[in-house]
Amino acid sequence: MASSPNYFDQLRKSRVWRSIFRSGTGASTVHRALAIQQNVFLNLFSTKVRRRMLSFSATWYLGTLTFGTFLILVATGVLLMLYYHPSVPQAYADTKDLQFVVSSGLFLRNLHRWSAHAMVFLVFAHMFKVFYRGAYRAPREFNWVIGIILLLVTLLLSYTGYLLPWDQLAYWAITVGSNIASAVPLMGNKIHFLLLGGNAVNANALLRFYVLHCMILPLAAIFFIAVHFWRIRKDGGLYAHQSEPATLRAQAAAAKEAR
Amino acid sequence: MADEKQTDGEFGADLHRREFFVKLGLGSLGIAAAGTVAFGYQFLSPNVLYEASPIINAGKPESYPLDSVTLDVNSGIYIIHSKEGFFSLSAVCTHLGCLTAWKPDLGIIACPCHGSKFKQDGEKIEGPAPRPLPWKRVWLSDDGDLMVDRSTDIRPMEFVRV
Repeated sequence: MASSPNYFDQLRKSRVWRSIFRSGTGASTVHRALAIQQNVFLNLFSTKVRRRMLSFSATWYLGTLTFGTFLILVATGVLLMLYYHPSVPQAYADTKDLQFVVSSGLFLRNLHRWSAHAMVFLVFAHMFKVFYRGAYRAPREFNWVIGIILLLVTLLLSYTGYLLPWDQLAYWAITVGSNIASAVPLMGNKIHFLLLGGNAVNANALLRFYVLHCMILPLAAIFFIAVHFWRIRKDGGLYAHQSEPATLRAQAAAAKEAR
Repeated sequence: MADEKQTDGEFGADLHRREFFVKLGLGSLGIAAAGTVAFGYQFLSPNVLYEASPIINAGKPESYPLDSVTLDVNSGIYIIHSKEGFFSLSAVCTHLGCLTAWKPDLGIIACPCHGSKFKQDGEKIEGPAPRPLPWKRVWLSDDGDLMVDRSTDIRPMEFVRV
């Protein structure tokens, strides 16, 4: 490597880079740990992980894939927002414009829709993987709870996004869905009224679902995703069956007995 | 390592596998970034606009008395009936785009934002406005209505006689 200039190393030694990333450029274990620890985003993660935790078989990368679809949904969703008006006269027309008039609009809308389907699927797959490996057990019970919240946020994002095209499918799906909410004992009708901002799916409901879909729920998702990632570190890293202290102790005991 | 001799001048003669893949990777990222910029630019440019037509039907010429200056607030133009004939001026100040107003007692067009003043034919009298108010293309439709094309500037002093 010494035979040619290393662009990355030169960049990382520059004054601008050093003013942003203060942990230094070395490749030593300390430098690598500092690079994680001193970064506001990477700080959520462990500075060191066991190789086994990163193997495909440990997680099938389902959580990371879910986060990937979330990032795609944020990026495509923000772009779709530039052409979509959450108003009764315009919502459907804007959806059709995105499909037939706006450059790459069809691609972005489909990417948003398919990523949404993929995210719901991946969230469930992630949950099953965690469940069947027993990774929800102590000390990770609370992260399981955070995960359940994230599952609900994902489903609500899916549900609120369903209304926005403002076509027949959307209208009746939300009519049915919001009537299910009114089945809640005692305060069901009140929940229905507050959710729609009225007694039927109309302009208020469209605006409320838009605000929920584009502001409140994504912010909630980002907040709980951050906690979810941070708890992985706090709970001793990803669950890698073979490296769990309890498992290791049991293996050591079994080996001793066999001798 | 460091004492390894490099063959200068011949690009690729001493290209190691890792360098090759670094260059390949950076090149791919560069192409992807250029594609993203093109994609973003195309997406952000609307292909259809729901804006008002630049062509205005200003109605029958008879409805504008001689020596009158009529401001159409919605379309931002003046219809002026002078002795020489009809013409239309943009009512949008050439300074920063405020809507000007006709002052009948002073006989001038004045901008309320920064005090620019124009004559009845659009010529600048004073103020921060850099240019006179542009003349807009005017013609008579087959039905005898005065039509104005706000998107087309014409040379001053081209009147329409009815």
